[in-house]
Amino acid sequence: MKLYEIVNSLSLEVKTPSLDLNKEVTGGYVSDLLSDVIGNSKKGNVWITLQTHQNIIAVATLRDMSGIILVNGRNPDANTLLKANEQGIPLMVSSLPAFELVGRLYSLGIRCQ
Amino acid sequence: MDNKVAEGVFFLTGKDFSNAGAASSNLKGVLEGMRVQPDIIRRAAIAAFEAEMNVIIYAVAGMMHYYITPETIRIVVKDMGSGIPDIGLAMTEGYSTAPDYIREMGFGSGMGLPNIKKNADRLDIDSVVGGGTTLEFIIYLNKDSKGAKNETL
Amino acid sequence: MTLDEIKNTLNAAVISKREDMNLNIVRAYCADLMSDVLAFSITNSLLITHLTNTQVIRTAEIADVKTIVFVQSKRPDIETIALADTKNIPLLVTDLSMYEACGKLYEKGLRS
Repeated sequence: MKLYEIVNSLSLEVKTPSLDLNKEVTGGYVSDLLSDVIGNSKKGNVWITLQTHQNIIAVATLRDMSGIILVNGRNPDANTLLKANEQGIPLMVSSLPAFELVGRLYSLGIRCQ
Repeated sequence: MDNKVAEGVFFLTGKDFSNAGAASSNLKGVLEGMRVQPDIIRRAAIAAFEAEMNVIIYAVAGMMHYYITPETIRIVVKDMGSGIPDIGLAMTEGYSTAPDYIREMGFGSGMGLPNIKKNADRLDIDSVVGGGTTLEFIIYLNKDSKGAKNETL
Repeated sequence: MTLDEIKNTLNAAVISKREDMNLNIVRAYCADLMSDVLAFSITNSLLITHLTNTQVIRTAEIADVKTIVFVQSKRPDIETIALADTKNIPLLVTDLSMYEACGKLYEKGLRS
């Protein structure tokens, strides 16, 4: 499934409109602990988190993730947005809590492998 | 609640993570013993917990003083830490000065002070850079105070 | 969902003393940051987390969380389990990732 299909299906707010959303999503990963994401996520995963500081971009870039979805309506801070555009990591926001957003992604067929 | 006045102090040790939250937990027990309404106990416990965690994460040591009357729960948390340079910034949701090892423990999400403000009826912060921080917050016990203003200095 | 149904859905093990498997859970949340747990007001619900330190138990107590599921086979130490036992908070461990655990429970109808 492509990232833009997920954005449309779940009505996510895209914070990085200039970035291409045609990326293939290989699976989902939900965690707020950076070391855990670094150790266990897979390339192409979409990352679901509450963390809004700029370190999340470094982690997503390192793990070659397809994008980051911030939950609970959390907005990225200015530095995070800047880095996201610099590094080409699409940032999206959902007003849902993580559990519900993951549930809906799972219902769309996105798994965690 | 019972027409009692209660007062007590807990001493907080910086970086003592295995006991982090114990003071708030004890305070919660005191409030339950005094038969305070559950939703007020919850608010007081959350605010106390966040204040306690701030001392343990950022300061060398501190203390939590609670003073309970039939009208109010007043909690003063005073620490010997490095102080808050910009209180307005510190009150912003998501703003955190926590180092990475603290984030890996589940803290430092930048919600501590906002959580206190959200749960207390009144919050005063007095901080001196290099001198430490004193947080005082009050929760009103009377139903009339539901519309009480959330005041911050 | 009851604790028993949750345990079976996640193929989880109960590692705490309290085993009231008929305990009814109405809502579930996943989080690793303690202040967020407090900010969400998740009373009487299930918390799914990666963190296994004692603060998770203390946070759960303050937030009135009913039970905790640890994911990715992460097991808390004896001190943490003992603390949970004194607070009467059942603890479960599953091999599933947080994503899969949430997905499967959502599929069974659990919401936030």
